[in-house]
Amino acid sequence: MQEGNVSPFYRVDEDHHAEGGSTMLGFWLYLMSDCLIFAVLFATYGVLGRHYAAGPAPKDIFELPLVATNTAMLLFSSITYGFAMLAMERGKVGQTQTWLAITALFGLAFISIELHEFATLIAEGATPQRSGFLSSFFTLVGTHGLHVSCGLIWLATLMAQVWRHGLIPANRRRLQCLSLFWHFLDVIWIGVFTFVYLMGMLR
Amino acid sequence: MSGAAHSDHDAAPAHGSVKSYLTGFGLSVVLTAIPFWLVMSGALGSNKLTIVAIVGLAVIQIIVHMIYFLHMNAKSEGGWTIMALIFTLMLVVIALSGTLWVMYHLDENMAPMSAEDGRNMP
Repeated sequence: MQEGNVSPFYRVDEDHHAEGGSTMLGFWLYLMSDCLIFAVLFATYGVLGRHYAAGPAPKDIFELPLVATNTAMLLFSSITYGFAMLAMERGKVGQTQTWLAITALFGLAFISIELHEFATLIAEGATPQRSGFLSSFFTLVGTHGLHVSCGLIWLATLMAQVWRHGLIPANRRRLQCLSLFWHFLDVIWIGVFTFVYLMGMLR
Repeated sequence: MSGAAHSDHDAAPAHGSVKSYLTGFGLSVVLTAIPFWLVMSGALGSNKLTIVAIVGLAVIQIIVHMIYFLHMNAKSEGGWTIMALIFTLMLVVIALSGTLWVMYHLDENMAPMSAEDGRNMP
């Protein structure tokens, strides 16, 4: 049995933390681990990117005007998401929803252009299994596209949440997380268009 | 309870203003347009010079996005976000440079193999 004055080895009264107080830091740590996934995919592309197996090289298949349009779509969606966050801080539900909807449209445009590009490549015979270059290209760019697609589903979910419950603290926190995610994907895209598309055209 | 110590990071989410978002956007447009123009027009002449220029511009643009869109600073979450970022960047540099270095030499030192050899491999 316990003696009189033995203090417990755990803390009885834990510090009070506001609900969700550590969410932003936790989400940031997730983004950092996601960053490592992309680093590994970039490294894979760096190793395999010149192994064409007598197949097409970047110069033969990349269309820079299309990539530039895509980049513009993602950049526009970043600024419109920023405006949604500013409207959220002023507590304007309607404005927030409008900017989120515009962001979603730009995101959809990005994904559509990317799918069109992939479909064109595959129709030309530049399939993922054609060469090491194409395998690593589709994996890297496809993973980014998959992230944007998930971001779009998340965006639609949050719009429904805001429509239903308004800008309650939980929804604000969620929108802030998606904001980090969305801008983070734009940062990854800077790496993609620089190292894959632009440097590919210079070979 | 330590309510006073915690209340400040709930109240001030430290988001940008219209001006800071537009500044970031303007800088990003310029920093995206220049590399595309350099590659599409071949204005710099040599490929090496162009590569150095576009990689430099990409690094600047990533920093612009970090500051104006992701609102990075040394103080958010008590400095933990910047610590996590620096740690991640270290891992990224080690993983990328290590991979490229090792695999490049592996490529160089492999005995050349013909298609015929490849088909007869065990």
